[in-house]
Amino acid sequence: MNTTASLLPKEKTAAKIIKLDQQTIVFLIFIIIFIAFSIFLPGFLNTGNLVNILRSISVLGMLGLGMAVVVIGRGIDLSMVAILAVPTALTMTLASTGVDLGLALIAGVALAIAFGLLNGLLTAYAEVPALLTTLATGLGLAGIGQSGILQFDVVPWPDQLNPIEWIGGTTLFGIPSSVISFAVVAIAVSVFLKRTKLGLFIYAIGDNPNAARTTGMPVRPVMVLQYLIAALIAVFAGLVMASSSAVMDTRIYNLSLIYNVVLVVVLGGVGLSGGRGGVWNVIVGTLLVGTILNGMTILNFSYDAQNLVKGVILLMAIAIDSVLNPRNEETAQQGDI
Amino acid sequence: MLTTLKKYRYQYWPDTAVGELLKKPWMDTAVPVVALMLTVAFFSWQLSGFFSISTVSDNLQQASELGFIVLGMTLVLIVGGIDLSVGSTYAICNVLVLYLIHVEQMPVLPAVGITLLCGALLGAINGILIGYLGLRAFLTTLVTLIVFRSLFDMLQFQWAVGIATHTTDSEAWYYLGTGYFLSIPMAAWAFAAIAIATHIYLTRMRGGWHVMAVGGSRRSAYNAGLPVKRVVASSYVVSGVLASMSGIFYGARIDSSSADTGSGMAIIVLAAALVGGIRLGGGKGSVTKAVLGTVIVFLITSSLSSMATTAGVSRIVLAVIFLLFTTLDIRWFKNRGKAVQELYVTPGYLDLPKAPSTAAESPYAVNDKLHDIELIGLGRVESPEDVILDDDDNLYCGTRHGNIMRFLAPDYQQMEVYAHVGGQPLGMAFDPDGYLYVCIGGMGLYRVTPERKVEKVTDETNRSLFSIADDSRLRLADDLDIAPDGRIFFSEATVRYEMHEWQIDSLESRGNGRIICYDPHTNQTRTVVKNLVFPNGICLGSEGQSILFAESWACRISRYWFDGPQKGRVEPVISSLPGYPDNINRASDGNYWIALMGMRGPAFDLSMRKPAFRRRMSKRLAQDEWLSPNINVGCVVKCNDQGEILEALWDRSGVNHPMITSMREHRGYLYLGGISNNRIGRYKLEKADPNFMQHPRRRGKPHA
Repeated sequence: MNTTASLLPKEKTAAKIIKLDQQTIVFLIFIIIFIAFSIFLPGFLNTGNLVNILRSISVLGMLGLGMAVVVIGRGIDLSMVAILAVPTALTMTLASTGVDLGLALIAGVALAIAFGLLNGLLTAYAEVPALLTTLATGLGLAGIGQSGILQFDVVPWPDQLNPIEWIGGTTLFGIPSSVISFAVVAIAVSVFLKRTKLGLFIYAIGDNPNAARTTGMPVRPVMVLQYLIAALIAVFAGLVMASSSAVMDTRIYNLSLIYNVVLVVVLGGVGLSGGRGGVWNVIVGTLLVGTILNGMTILNFSYDAQNLVKGVILLMAIAIDSVLNPRNEETAQQGDI
Repeated sequence: MLTTLKKYRYQYWPDTAVGELLKKPWMDTAVPVVALMLTVAFFSWQLSGFFSISTVSDNLQQASELGFIVLGMTLVLIVGGIDLSVGSTYAICNVLVLYLIHVEQMPVLPAVGITLLCGALLGAINGILIGYLGLRAFLTTLVTLIVFRSLFDMLQFQWAVGIATHTTDSEAWYYLGTGYFLSIPMAAWAFAAIAIATHIYLTRMRGGWHVMAVGGSRRSAYNAGLPVKRVVASSYVVSGVLASMSGIFYGARIDSSSADTGSGMAIIVLAAALVGGIRLGGGKGSVTKAVLGTVIVFLITSSLSSMATTAGVSRIVLAVIFLLFTTLDIRWFKNRGKAVQELYVTPGYLDLPKAPSTAAESPYAVNDKLHDIELIGLGRVESPEDVILDDDDNLYCGTRHGNIMRFLAPDYQQMEVYAHVGGQPLGMAFDPDGYLYVCIGGMGLYRVTPERKVEKVTDETNRSLFSIADDSRLRLADDLDIAPDGRIFFSEATVRYEMHEWQIDSLESRGNGRIICYDPHTNQTRTVVKNLVFPNGICLGSEGQSILFAESWACRISRYWFDGPQKGRVEPVISSLPGYPDNINRASDGNYWIALMGMRGPAFDLSMRKPAFRRRMSKRLAQDEWLSPNINVGCVVKCNDQGEILEALWDRSGVNHPMITSMREHRGYLYLGGISNNRIGRYKLEKADPNFMQHPRRRGKPHA
């Protein structure tokens, strides 16, 4: 009784005119940076550059969507970059050696599904923490990619795959098709999360897995499904990426792309503790990261300097969020990293 | 024949060992230890020269370098965080110390000092952000990983040429990297020192306990007033310092800088910590585990590279081993408790002699003598297991609230708390100076001085030589009596269960109990008789050289000679009672009163000869469905030194005294207590010495 009474006025003050949650903060930062770049950077605000930004972020955005599905269900999938690279490269290698297009696609997707299942089963049934499972499976899949099934680390886009080039390598009304693919995935994920029973289950499980289990939801199968969806989105993003740049460099696993994906998701406001956020958060996070990267490229920053600036901006964003929405020692979840 | 075999099988086969082994805290580390042995076995079989001095010493040096970082990560993980930025911190400190030594030509000591400070600063950035500002550890260190990494790339780009073109002739610097002491590399010495110090800090010191507490339950630690923020922040600082230490040793060994120093390190370090069995989420972990994990992961990675496998195969192997061991460890951690629960209860074989009859013509003949007796403290006491009276006829009894109550003579209407002892008081005895000695379940042997001060007499005894479980602590001290020379003999009913678990011990009916002697002259406590089946009542024999003791589940009374010509011998007095004996006390005519807390039944007796059946029962059924000794009705019997039954007192209606755990004769009355009762009975004895009391106070001067 007492606590309810003392909480009420607090809630009121928090809900001022603008509710400053993380998503809003990030969006405001994005707007500020966008305006600043538009004013001070010659060649930033024109259609060509804006399309360029969109194209550069579409793969990151897709990966972010897959990651978001897992993170909402209180997991994390660090194997996404490996799943993006190796199965795609497998499909491309097979197709280039004359294997039927359909079979090559099936082989790649099957590999991705196998690893999605492995992630899900280990996490849901063996109860290995998601962070470890996916760290290890990603490492393993990258290892598979290096150990003989591919002829080269860098696989070129074979002509045999041209029938599906439209997913990323062409343009439609002047818009790169990779951006359209991103939009399609975003809409599909959004519909899945908000309009289907299983999507709502993912939110419930992420919010409180024990309560979800008590209510009778199939917690473990749904957890497996999350990783499966993430794997499928990753391999699709891989095909889009390969078709738009006409090459798949499997060494992409060694770069910090997976960290960017996690940043995009969490920065946008999909809480790592699960149950919160959605597609809109991913889009906002992706826009911010994409804009910053684009601006710095125009400014001719070195790769290291770009990373440094990006990191500092991200740290500031997270710090501002934690000052505005401080962690409560009373209600913080144990083991919440 | 078969029965004899069965008897010996249950007597000598160490059934209890499995459950007791599983209960050991160090079994936590079982999976990483097994993993390490497998790893070493595999690679020593695969690689020639695996155990050669140079390989071992090389390995020690490199493993120590990894070990520093794993130790730091372990601390952060124990606190409940994660530090992904260690690899970048390591790289920055590595290039910094090389720059200071080579380009700035600094002496080793200040260079190392500045580098360690740099590591602390980088760690402090994480610490302040995560500890004080409350940012999420995973996300924050992910970002600082990228930021520090870019910082390193920029520094390395600027300094690489300088580091490569300048050399140093500092002896100390090379000694740090390639020096040996007792043919062990310096890095290994440093790591050993820090690991031992960390172990002592975590397990023996207040600060380390704070670390464990914050990791174990952040909320409770916060509510208990611990400096949660400071503890969290300092764990990252320590992690930074340890990473920088590793960078220094690596720099001293290689003496040149490279652009990919420390990239991908976080994964290896995390793998080492987790394969060692340190859990994400905090509160679980130890230095031992960190060291084990380090050695395992290091051996795997380095051996794979010396086996000239491709990078891809190494990665696959690392991933598989990583998943295999963490899964095993997690399943082990989760199921150990269940296994203990299932395997701990190990019933023994107990062939009870036929129960004597309680029919009308037998000495145990049922009567109703306890029906109309005076009741003391009805509804005002709970669980008076034992009762005792002093020289002034005041009545004392224990209660389950942890008090010793006193009813004042002559009418026993007025009740007061004589002393608060804090546990369930069981058997009691006065010494000649008026000190009240009392066995307290779960605590040991205590005494209350005439000034009502509660003092611990003893709560431990000598540990048995070959026992797996530590049996030096007293778990269930039960009843006592005091020998003429002041030695105190008391029984401990079971060393395997707590007081409230007595029913499980009855299901085991093994020799889990013992008789212990406390000698006030030497202040030493020794076990004198072992392997008794729930030894309960203890009473000094009439000749003053032996004690009579009851073994409840074995339904027998025996005598132990502690003095005289038969010293050390145990002989039977009554080999079969119709019920389960509890306390024994002296009667005024030189005989003994024995309380039977419950009566035997043929079904339970039969089950005592079927250990496998009872084991199945304990595994398959909930505890409230188990067979249990019948303690709904009992009685008091009197026997002489030869064990002949002289008298029996019953409460046939079972209202006042259904279960009797103790009785005390005092000045012509018999006082009755029961551990599940809410009253004390007072029964007028005929033909009893009206001046008798069991523990009369010494006349004349009290001893010192």
